[in-house]
Amino acid sequence: MSLIAGFDARFPNQNQTKHCWQNYVDYFKCIKARGEDFPPCKQFFRAYHSLCPNDYISKWDTQREEGNFPVNLNP
Amino acid sequence: MCFLSNLIWLSSNLCSNDAAQPWQFGFQDGGSPSYEGIVELHDDIMFYLILILVGVAWMLMSTIRKFNWNHNQIVHKYLNHGTVLELIWTISPALVLIAIAFPSFKLLYLLDEVIDPVMTVKAIGNQWYWSYEYSDYLDQEGQSIEFDSYLVPESDLEIGDLRLLEVDNRVVVPVDTHIRFIVTARDVIHSFAVPSLGVKLDCIPGRLNQFSLVINREGVFYGQCSELCGVLHGFMPVVIEAVSLEQYLAWLSDQIPPYLTKEGYTPCIYLCITHLPSVC
Ligand SMILES: [Cu+2]
Repeated sequence: MSLIAGFDARFPNQNQTKHCWQNYVDYFKCIKARGEDFPPCKQFFRAYHSLCPNDYISKWDTQREEGNFPVNLNP
Repeated sequence: MCFLSNLIWLSSNLCSNDAAQPWQFGFQDGGSPSYEGIVELHDDIMFYLILILVGVAWMLMSTIRKFNWNHNQIVHKYLNHGTVLELIWTISPALVLIAIAFPSFKLLYLLDEVIDPVMTVKAIGNQWYWSYEYSDYLDQEGQSIEFDSYLVPESDLEIGDLRLLEVDNRVVVPVDTHIRFIVTARDVIHSFAVPSLGVKLDCIPGRLNQFSLVINREGVFYGQCSELCGVLHGFMPVVIEAVSLEQYLAWLSDQIPPYLTKEGYTPCIYLCITHLPSVC
């Protein structure tokens, strides 16, 4: 298993904004559905960390805590 | 090449030409396959350019010579149509355009390809400095390596440093490694550019752009912000330092804040596991 975000056929373009975003959303959906220790979730975690700027991540984390994150993460 | 340019320009660069020189007309020395591709395309196009230049100059000169005021031979006075001639001057430029377009598109799409990167570096443009994040290496709390890179002011330069190009924190990356760069900006549009690596990509707030980079020799590569971004636009250089994998790993472990080196922390390290198990 690759530890970082490799090539993803959904995001073949120069613009990787959605690649970062999708992995962030997928991680939190994943851990809500399967729990924090479910190993396949780790890949999403590494991918969004390696792609998203840290200030994006902290902004979205704050939004999740305040309950105004624009995507429903519940399974 | 680099010795010659040093002789001519009396520069302080004793190695490859990886930074802009005063009055430089030619290219810098290439440090990556993308750069070599770009130079090759330039040379290909230059061939057609010379062909066209010679052809057009010859026609122009012979017209001036043959039809000047002194011997005004009005040949083909009543000619207003020439199918063969028109076919030639329509089809031959079309063929030249096709011959230029094919290698150009090939290069364009090759440069766009980020196939299988081993690591990711994020470069973020700010007014007026760059900040970099290496987030492949995370500790348990999700902390990653990040630092800002500012221009070294003229008063702090040391002998051999390049004025307006030196920064306090360089981007250190390993050679011969597929690296994905993610570039973006926090305030206005900047552009991440390093000529000798064949890299120039706009950094747009709210958008993440990627390019791939393989550096094929060790060295220090200089570039500058290439999108007008405000008063200090000319004072936010990019410096990429390509080192061997061992040196890179040593640099990485220096970046780890001391409070994180407690037990439980592994500087991750896909690179380490795959390339250098003995070092880990
Ligand atoms: Cu700038």
